[in-house]
Amino acid sequence: MREVSLTRTGCRREPRRSPVACLVALAALILGVTAAYAVDPTQLPDPALQERYLALTHELRCMQCQNEAIADSPVSLAADLRREVRDMLLAGKSDEDVRNFMVARYGDFILFRPRFNARNAWLWMAPGVLLLIGALVFVRIVQRRSALVAEDNEPLEEDART
Amino acid sequence: MNRFVLPLGLFALLAVVLGIGIKHSPDKGTIASVLIGKPAPQFSLPSLTDAGRTVRSTALRGRWYLFNVWGTWCGECRAEHSMLLEVRQAGVVPLIGLDWKDEDADARSWLAQLGNPYEAVAVDREGRTAIDYGVYGAPETFLVNPQGIVVYKYVGPLTREAWERQILPLLPTRQAAR
Repeated sequence: MREVSLTRTGCRREPRRSPVACLVALAALILGVTAAYAVDPTQLPDPALQERYLALTHELRCMQCQNEAIADSPVSLAADLRREVRDMLLAGKSDEDVRNFMVARYGDFILFRPRFNARNAWLWMAPGVLLLIGALVFVRIVQRRSALVAEDNEPLEEDART
Repeated sequence: MNRFVLPLGLFALLAVVLGIGIKHSPDKGTIASVLIGKPAPQFSLPSLTDAGRTVRSTALRGRWYLFNVWGTWCGECRAEHSMLLEVRQAGVVPLIGLDWKDEDADARSWLAQLGNPYEAVAVDREGRTAIDYGVYGAPETFLVNPQGIVVYKYVGPLTREAWERQILPLLPTRQAAR
């Protein structure tokens, strides 16, 4: 664990330091702690690769502890899947190759952002279809109401008598 | 009268859709395998029991077998072990084991102690073959047909019920005759 002491960075002992310095020290402390608890220490040589690696490992579900991404999960299967992602990226595979590899083995469930396919098409369409039905119902109601209002505007029989 | 037809119809439709959803919803969070109906992934791994020998998936072609993923670190595998021994005893279909991310010595003493239900055990130290099979927790058991197609997958410790009601009926009758 990285050691960050508040006294060394000067929050208390040196009153001349600005509040900003204190905040920076606090931030360093918090970041230091989270870095120590991070599950995945993997560092790829190329920063661009590292960025893609982080993005991918955060969008793949850990199948064992299903509400976590493989980036955050300490279980060994998640570590194995991170290794697969790393190796594939180092071998020059595209992000889509990695996703296809995972889906071919674990199914769509492994993706936190599900894809559009023949099986779930109705699910993707449903909101639009429901909105359309709602709009149609709305238009019909408005049409009927306005028809009623038109009837109301006709002169009453009493008016004719006077 | 007429104005109730549309809402009631919509309600009935929704009930049917939800009913189908409930019926198809996986039990206890079991995730359906995408491998069903697809060729079983190839592997060529060292054998646990015969030093220097290799267990190859290609050598298993031409007959039915159960592919069982286990490890000595897995408590539920101990729970299913007696059932696996029963399956071996029945002699209907051979069991091929995949020792997943395990220590060879531990695995060997496990089989020596509890009995060995497997015809062969492949050692998957890196866990790569398990990933190819979409394994997400041991034990898992796959039924593979003579064409090398995965026919059925059971997640969790194999039960007598799963063996008798799910796996046996899938096997050809000649082979299933005890």
